[in-house]
Amino acid sequence: MTAGIDLGQPQAQSVRSDEDVVRVRQLVRAVAVAVKLSLVDQTKVVTAASELARNTLVYGGGGSVEVTTVDNGRRKGVRIVFADSGPGIADLNLAMTDGYTSGGGLGLGLSGSRRLVDEFEIETSPETGTRITVTKWSR
Amino acid sequence: MALSTEESGRLAALLGGQAERVTTRWTEIVTSSLRGRLSQAELRRQVEDLHRAIVATGQHGEIDLASENAAELRAALTELSRGRARQGFSATETTISIFALKDVLAELVQEAGGATALHDFVAFSKLVDEMGLFTFESFVRTRESLIADQAEQLLELSTPVVKLWEGVVAVPLVGTLDSARAQVVMERLLQTLVDTGSPYAIIDITGVPAVDTQVAQHILKTVVAARLMGADCIISGIRPQIAQTIVALGIEFGDIATKASLADALRHVLRLSGVETARRQPRRGV
Amino acid sequence: MERVPILKIGDILLVSIQLDMSDQTAVQLQEDLAERIVDTGCHGVIIDITALDIVDSFVGRMLSTIASISKVLDAETVVVGMRPAVAITLVELGLSLNGIRTALNVERGMELIAAAHADELDYQLDDDPDAETASS
Repeated sequence: MTAGIDLGQPQAQSVRSDEDVVRVRQLVRAVAVAVKLSLVDQTKVVTAASELARNTLVYGGGGSVEVTTVDNGRRKGVRIVFADSGPGIADLNLAMTDGYTSGGGLGLGLSGSRRLVDEFEIETSPETGTRITVTKWSR
Repeated sequence: MALSTEESGRLAALLGGQAERVTTRWTEIVTSSLRGRLSQAELRRQVEDLHRAIVATGQHGEIDLASENAAELRAALTELSRGRARQGFSATETTISIFALKDVLAELVQEAGGATALHDFVAFSKLVDEMGLFTFESFVRTRESLIADQAEQLLELSTPVVKLWEGVVAVPLVGTLDSARAQVVMERLLQTLVDTGSPYAIIDITGVPAVDTQVAQHILKTVVAARLMGADCIISGIRPQIAQTIVALGIEFGDIATKASLADALRHVLRLSGVETARRQPRRGV
Repeated sequence: MERVPILKIGDILLVSIQLDMSDQTAVQLQEDLAERIVDTGCHGVIIDITALDIVDSFVGRMLSTIASISKVLDAETVVVGMRPAVAITLVELGLSLNGIRTALNVERGMELIAAAHADELDYQLDDDPDAETASS
């Protein structure tokens, strides 16, 4: 499954449709396998990627996802950046609350995916859209 | 830091010329530092290996511990430190075997004399220091990997999942639970449920001396995950102190079944599955 | 768009999800299943997710919706074969799959549906005064 993926390079995937969300999942899984995350950690990071890529599509009006491998000398990991140029998130605290949704979902996308990864950063503004960076390290 | 070709040549000549004397003196110094914990013959063999590697490298030209040329020397040093680390020697006892060479060299250089004596001794000393540091590094690496291996073995040993009855598996937890171990237990228990097709699991914590919020959370998550998969978990062996902690910490066990002992838990499970089979028989009349 | 096949086995509809579904495929399955329940009059639905390596909130919601729809259509839904890693992730994500019955494998799922159905038959028999007199 990792064939054809150059791990030294960031892998980009645009998110314009449903099928693209599936492609993001497959890409993240391939990279997670390559950096030897455990099965449970693979599942967690792919699930988080699925939630966030869907947010990019539904709330951000589409955007792009970039997957890179990271290495801090002791451990390897996967870093994923979700970027869109949508309207941004008006109330970040509210959006990070379990069960809050503005789009008819379950309201677990942001808050839930933060629990599934090791690092979670979010930048948002009405001018530049939303940019979420998540990282999962191998154990 | 490397020795020049001339210096290396002189070092090789110095050590190689009186091989027998050098290794004997070297072995003597090391023996006294290890207080007889390693046999004279074993020590002598190690010292001879090192001696041979240094002389061989020196004859080839400049000695640079990081270069291709010194591969044999590095291998000899690594082997020595690995052996010592496995046998339980301290870092000092290991590196002193290398630093002992300095004493030998000092005696040799003094005897030989000559215009370059002081310059050479400083250069040789530097090389010995480098070798010592290299040995120390590989000693630490060996110890670290030993510790990592042991931690992993402990993890393997301490989390058996046993089949108790047809359709009932149990994990008797013994010892302190940290997050990493709790996670391993959780994954192994759930996998066993799938592999054996068992709809019931008993988590027995009789052997757990203390439960903190994190561990309780892990146990709770396991129970919820098992439910999502279609299996029921029962927690047994909660000791009085632990029950008090759980209540004091305000941990909600909700509708999770808890039993005093493993036997009680098993009886409870058998009754549950018994009720199920009884319910399948048609009930006529009221 | 791919579609997930629905098999009818006796009184049970079996859906075995084998692919990484796009959201559209999931919604389509929801609709297809409702139609098949009505067409066949089946009283049980088994959704086998053994092959799914992740379940996110969208698929989770689809499973809940299917369970609710089939309940309205008088059919019991059981989700079977959830992988341990998926279950652990769902707990962390905070998804509880309320109202969904689960079983370890297809066989156990069928037992659950048979038991639920048997209870219902009992209840009907108990309720029927003729049956009562006939048996006594």
